[in-house]
Amino acid sequence: MPAIIQSALHPAGPQAASISHLWWLMFWTCSVVYVVVIGALLVAIRRRRDEGGSTDERSLTRSVAAATGVTVVILFGLLFASVATGRAVASLGSAEGLVIDVTGNQWWWDVTYENPTPSLQVKTANELHIPVGRQVRIQLKSNDVIHSFWVPNLHGKMDLIPGRQTAIWLQADTPGVYRGQCAEYCGLQHANMALTVIAEASDDFERWLVAQRQPAPPPASPEQQRGLEVVERGPCAMCHTVVGTSAGGRTAPDLTHIATRSTIAAGTAPNTRGYLAGWITDPQHMKPGAKMPSTGLSADELQAVLAYLETLK
Amino acid sequence: MTRWLALLLVAMLPLAACERESRRYRELPAASSRASSTRVSDLVPGQPASSDLVLSPYQENAYGIAEGKRLYSAFNCNGCHAMGGGGIGPALMDSKWIYGSTPDQIYSTISQGRPDGMPSFGPRVPSQQIWQLVAYVQSLSVQVPRDAESGRNDDMNARQPELRLDRLPPRNTGHR
Repeated sequence: MPAIIQSALHPAGPQAASISHLWWLMFWTCSVVYVVVIGALLVAIRRRRDEGGSTDERSLTRSVAAATGVTVVILFGLLFASVATGRAVASLGSAEGLVIDVTGNQWWWDVTYENPTPSLQVKTANELHIPVGRQVRIQLKSNDVIHSFWVPNLHGKMDLIPGRQTAIWLQADTPGVYRGQCAEYCGLQHANMALTVIAEASDDFERWLVAQRQPAPPPASPEQQRGLEVVERGPCAMCHTVVGTSAGGRTAPDLTHIATRSTIAAGTAPNTRGYLAGWITDPQHMKPGAKMPSTGLSADELQAVLAYLETLK
Repeated sequence: MTRWLALLLVAMLPLAACERESRRYRELPAASSRASSTRVSDLVPGQPASSDLVLSPYQENAYGIAEGKRLYSAFNCNGCHAMGGGGIGPALMDSKWIYGSTPDQIYSTISQGRPDGMPSFGPRVPSQQIWQLVAYVQSLSVQVPRDAESGRNDDMNARQPELRLDRLPPRNTGHR
């Protein structure tokens, strides 16, 4: 997997590009203004009172008026640039766009790929796959407090407000893996509420979507079978869903294809067997305050669950 | 000088209110071991056993009660007990208690299940979360301190938040 980047200065889509143009325009304008103002200040400091001796009121008025004029022109220029960027950013939107529901929770992202046929809907968590070059409508909701959806490489921020739906259009032109995160303080683990956006070629995306629609494969070994039993009859199923089994909790991330995801606990740790074991054993050590409790599984049960979860590709 | 010192002391008084309670995220030492021998009726054969009260670790903890409130919906308690008024299952916000009102009795009711419909959640819900649910169930009839009660509901709700409910002295009825 390529290195994950998170930067508004490396735009991967048209909107982020116009935002970064505006940023660079403001940066260079302000840099020039800064240099000029500091230069003028240094000249004023170094000049002696008796030197030149020009206390001509008129020339003073002229220079102040000129500076005021330049300031007004620059500010209006930035205002126009800002309005133009705002319009460019909001210009996306088409009926053929892909619709994805993203729901904010303390502290993870619930992702649903909408489809009029319920069996074709796809649920995942903390990971967003989008096809390159296609417009995507992200519909944002929140289950608890205000969050904010922010993938700097693709767009600006959009808040998730409890009790209402907001929406944001995205388009990625460059394939890649982009990191996003919650940008509105939402509680203790706000900093560990990240999501990964994977922009990939249309074919790859369709293949991924088809794979995600499959239910969990049946366990192949006795250990995996035991793992499935623990998941179904133990504490996991109270909150998590594994499609194709009786585990159907809806308050925590869907685990049907957890082995395909690159991170666990909303970007807190990489998705390896070791981290997963640590997370299941003592979530409050890795992410204090997270809503997942210590499950108190025995060592055998833990190994069986891990063996089973690794098959959920 | 003494006046300033006195003023400083008065100014520091608000600090006394800090750390009113702490949030405990880790599992507590299981106080639940005794819950297995919990009695649910006053009727006992032989000598009446000593009744030392097992307190819920979250009884006076606003965070624990709030977590219980979240889990109450997350685990679908409201599917049968509604938002406390009862439906398929008995009401939880009235004064009647079929299987006892003390924290350990509520714990074993959730953990072991009860006849005619209450499933046993013991193997599924970690004891920490059962205790949080116990604290919330107690808060529905205001058996917990007022300052730990929840002051608002997260969703639209026909009933007042727990803080505004009436405190109802528990009565053991043994039936609905």
